[in-house]
Amino acid sequence: MSDLPSSAKVVVVGAGIVGNAVVKHLAALGWTNILQIDKGPLPNPGGSTGHASNFIFPVDHNKEMAMLTLDSQRQYEEMGVNTFSGGIEVARTEERMEEFRRRMTSAKAWGIDSEMLTPDQVKEKVPFIDETVLVGGWYCPSVSVVDSLQAGTLMRQYALDKGALSISPVTEVLNIKVEDGQVAGVETDKGYVVAEHVVIACGVWSPRIAEMAGATIPLTPAVHQMIDVGPIEVLQETNNEIGYPIVRDMDTFCYERQTGGSMEVGSYAHRPIFHHPNTIPSIEASRLSPTELPLTEDDFDPQLEQAIELMPMLGDAEIKYGINGLLSLTPDAMPLVGESVEVRNLWSCAAIWIKEGPGTGKAIAEWMTYGYPEIDPHASDVSRFYESQRSEEHILDRCAEHFNKTYGIVHPREQWASRRDLHMSSLHERTSALGAVFFEAGKWERPHWYESNEGLLEKYAGQLPEAREHEWDSRWWSPIQNAEHLAMRDSVGMVDLTAFAMFDVTGPGAVDYMNHMTVNQVDRPIGSGIYTPLLNELGGFRSDLTVLRMGDDHYRVVTGGFDGPRDSYWFQKWLPVDGSVTFEDITDQVCTVGVWGPNARKLVEKVADGDVSNDAFPYGKVREMNIGGVAVTMLRISYVGELGWEITCAMEDGPALWDALWEAGQEFGVAPIGAGVYGTSGRLEKGYRLMGAELESEYNPVEAGLARPRVKSADFIGKAAYLKARDEEVAAQVCTLTVESHRSSSGVSRQMMGGNEPILTLDGERILDSHGRVSRVTSAGMGPSVGRYLLLAYLPPEHAVEGTDLQVMYQNELFPVKVARVGSQPLFDPDDDRMKV
Amino acid sequence: MRILTCVKRVPAPGAKIVVTADGQSIDTNMLGFAVSPHEECAAEEAIQQIEQHGGSSTVMTLGPGEAEEQLRTVISVGINEAVLLTTDGSDWDPMATARALTAAIQEIEASDGPFDMIFFGNESADSGGYQVGIRVARALGRPMVTGIKGVDVADGKVTARRDTPTGSEVYELPLPAVLGIKEGINLPRYPTLKGRLGAKKVEIKVMDAAHQESGQSMVTLAAPPSQETPTEILGHGADAAPAVVDVLEEIGAL
Repeated sequence: MSDLPSSAKVVVVGAGIVGNAVVKHLAALGWTNILQIDKGPLPNPGGSTGHASNFIFPVDHNKEMAMLTLDSQRQYEEMGVNTFSGGIEVARTEERMEEFRRRMTSAKAWGIDSEMLTPDQVKEKVPFIDETVLVGGWYCPSVSVVDSLQAGTLMRQYALDKGALSISPVTEVLNIKVEDGQVAGVETDKGYVVAEHVVIACGVWSPRIAEMAGATIPLTPAVHQMIDVGPIEVLQETNNEIGYPIVRDMDTFCYERQTGGSMEVGSYAHRPIFHHPNTIPSIEASRLSPTELPLTEDDFDPQLEQAIELMPMLGDAEIKYGINGLLSLTPDAMPLVGESVEVRNLWSCAAIWIKEGPGTGKAIAEWMTYGYPEIDPHASDVSRFYESQRSEEHILDRCAEHFNKTYGIVHPREQWASRRDLHMSSLHERTSALGAVFFEAGKWERPHWYESNEGLLEKYAGQLPEAREHEWDSRWWSPIQNAEHLAMRDSVGMVDLTAFAMFDVTGPGAVDYMNHMTVNQVDRPIGSGIYTPLLNELGGFRSDLTVLRMGDDHYRVVTGGFDGPRDSYWFQKWLPVDGSVTFEDITDQVCTVGVWGPNARKLVEKVADGDVSNDAFPYGKVREMNIGGVAVTMLRISYVGELGWEITCAMEDGPALWDALWEAGQEFGVAPIGAGVYGTSGRLEKGYRLMGAELESEYNPVEAGLARPRVKSADFIGKAAYLKARDEEVAAQVCTLTVESHRSSSGVSRQMMGGNEPILTLDGERILDSHGRVSRVTSAGMGPSVGRYLLLAYLPPEHAVEGTDLQVMYQNELFPVKVARVGSQPLFDPDDDRMKV
Repeated sequence: MRILTCVKRVPAPGAKIVVTADGQSIDTNMLGFAVSPHEECAAEEAIQQIEQHGGSSTVMTLGPGEAEEQLRTVISVGINEAVLLTTDGSDWDPMATARALTAAIQEIEASDGPFDMIFFGNESADSGGYQVGIRVARALGRPMVTGIKGVDVADGKVTARRDTPTGSEVYELPLPAVLGIKEGINLPRYPTLKGRLGAKKVEIKVMDAAHQESGQSMVTLAAPPSQETPTEILGHGADAAPAVVDVLEEIGAL
């Protein structure tokens, strides 16, 4: 402990599991002059860490979360505060057993042992369970409990021993000073500290601290109820903090976890109960601690009955302690990590639970040190939200929707029900009238398929793949998607692409700036459209997008709707300070219609006032024209492998543009095409990669098959790492695999989701590349025009050979697959004849 | 034997109470509510006496509708019946409270027979007036002692013990009697899961409480100044030893 210093390299606010992990890893990476403050006393300052259940179920369907959790568990183990208790998830329904088969699959992908249990086998491991209420269980021996407070003390001590850290507990942050958009210092009740960086790692209070700097950390404090019941003889007899596996009663959204002679029963089943960071009581005004609020008993009562049902012995046990414990929830249930979008050097490390705490602390320390962490953090990146998604309304509505899904069965394609129909294209009236079924893309409502295309099912009856027999595989999906695909390839289709995020970059410094951001040369003639990856400093993917050279000093950046906010942050972060470049986000001001198919030119030339012939308007070019009285920017490009254009106009002109194209298309039988084709089947046939799926920071352009033959001379972010990657033997390559049989053991045909299903050898072994990265399905979907179901996956060289037979695990069953293409070579139209005609 | 225990819904003790800006109420947003600790012990004593002698126990409170929560808590540990005298939520002084309780007790006793003992907590955890039990006992014309830490019923009499600084005093009261129970008489049990669930099903008898004019009214609430406990770090490790010795000598411990 020490007095408050007058300056610090970095101030870490918070001494819970996250803040402690951050100071440890910053110190480990060579940072010095770290100051850690917390308004509470040590070792338990009163945040969520102090009342956490402290158990780790390492299997998660989400790769990022699984990797962060596994890394955290390794760290706890190294600190000697990890006890493997084993854990069982029990099922009361058949639907849950199917979810366990999915769990088995994810466990296999991440190399975690687990097994399915019969009710009797559950009973063998936990004798006090009434197995008659169960259908079965799923057992994971590497479930563990940790001592998170001791871990925190050890991590602080590590940094103290290195001479890198001073700690000031019982110190409250009053303000964060910002100068020129950058952190300048921290005002506390014990004095002012000049600081270069500030890390906000204070859990449920994080939004309040961020607000002091004018920044947002979109989370809400939320109640998770738990009670402690005991003493219970059978538990006391273990003479152990934990002697029985932790039981998660998944269908009742509850868990039972032994703590010494008592049982802790926790629930995610009650109504969502939210608080505001500003109304959490002070330490003095708290009977237990600020995050241990009084149990609202009525909310918990239904769980008591269910707990007794599962473990009858609990009925006579006394409720010794019960709380409405506060934890952090975010709109999409993922953490909030990374530099704030509003203030440079203000870092968020919030909405993190015990199980992923140390790993996330390590990740942000790497991020602050190297520019990006080793584990791809795109799903946790605090910059991933559109502005409207940072609003309190959005946070509360979405958290209310997903809170009860904490133990729920969430389909990979599942759509949100709340906060919908808020951001709609001006085309919405047109697409709605055509029976569009909307999925959310970023903040936008985007047609996924069109019910009006139902007639195409009959038209293409002979060419369509077999019907999906399993309800799970056909959920949030329609066979119409495949019919739309064929209609587009047959003639022509129109796609609502309003969800694209677009930025205008202008000014005398624009060329140099843009070339610094991008891998590919963007100093190209006006009217060029340039596809390019963007890398982080470590040479991994940051984004992939299209850059349009609109003028000498004017570029337009077109990126995906899901990536818009992260890309917007990234571009603005790197803007030169001399003001020579201006950045403008024009996403809300424009809308885009894609027109693709062999008849696209015939359609467009009827209504465009310019020459759209291949000579006048070749592939990859940008032209300004007028269509139906609407000024448009046309980019000749395709993500679906067909001749055509992305046609962009002012948002208010969208309907006029749509009508002109639609009318002109009637003679060609133009079909509206949803994102099911655009984002999945169309691109997969062409082997096109997707940001967030194949493209993530753990892979580089060489591995993704997106490296160009030459490297531009201009310097750009990640160039050194990129050059190195080009010289090295490639460790893995994106491959296109075909599913050779869909037949499961029950005879039902199954269709993979592209949800990290592991690719296995014929011996059933996982495939790891030389960097330890596992081969897994990154995208999956039907290729209606090639008549095969397609998977994309990174494979190491020994397996990345066309014709190699492998297997994919899906829902705990094995299906034969074959490597059909290695690298960027597509299965459909490999020479791009259709696009470039 | 029939025992009545009277309890009061109070903010759960243990945290600093925040008074609202207008000084007219306390900020209850983040507060839990409980029965006063003395009354928890009174209820436990009633349960133990009934376990020993047989009969039935009743709990009564005067308060807002939310006070049902406290009644069910008491039922969940083993009290049999509950009576809620509903108020409009305003603060009733001891006189008005005692009058309402007396009227209700008389009404219940008229139909169901007399209570052999009526237990109060020695004082409430919030206002600490020490009055209601005594006022009720007097109105009912029954004997009462307060500060009780031992209860023994035999031969139609109750022997009640209370501690004094020098020893203890033992009283013998004829039944029916009223006792002011003090924390420490027993260790109150926690509700079991089944007890909690069973308590939800018990029907609570709700009676309207008539407010009668009384002498005391609240002007304003103010939090007493917090008592600072100054701490001084005497040193670290072995270096701290001389300073520790000095302090021990100063307070006469050496």
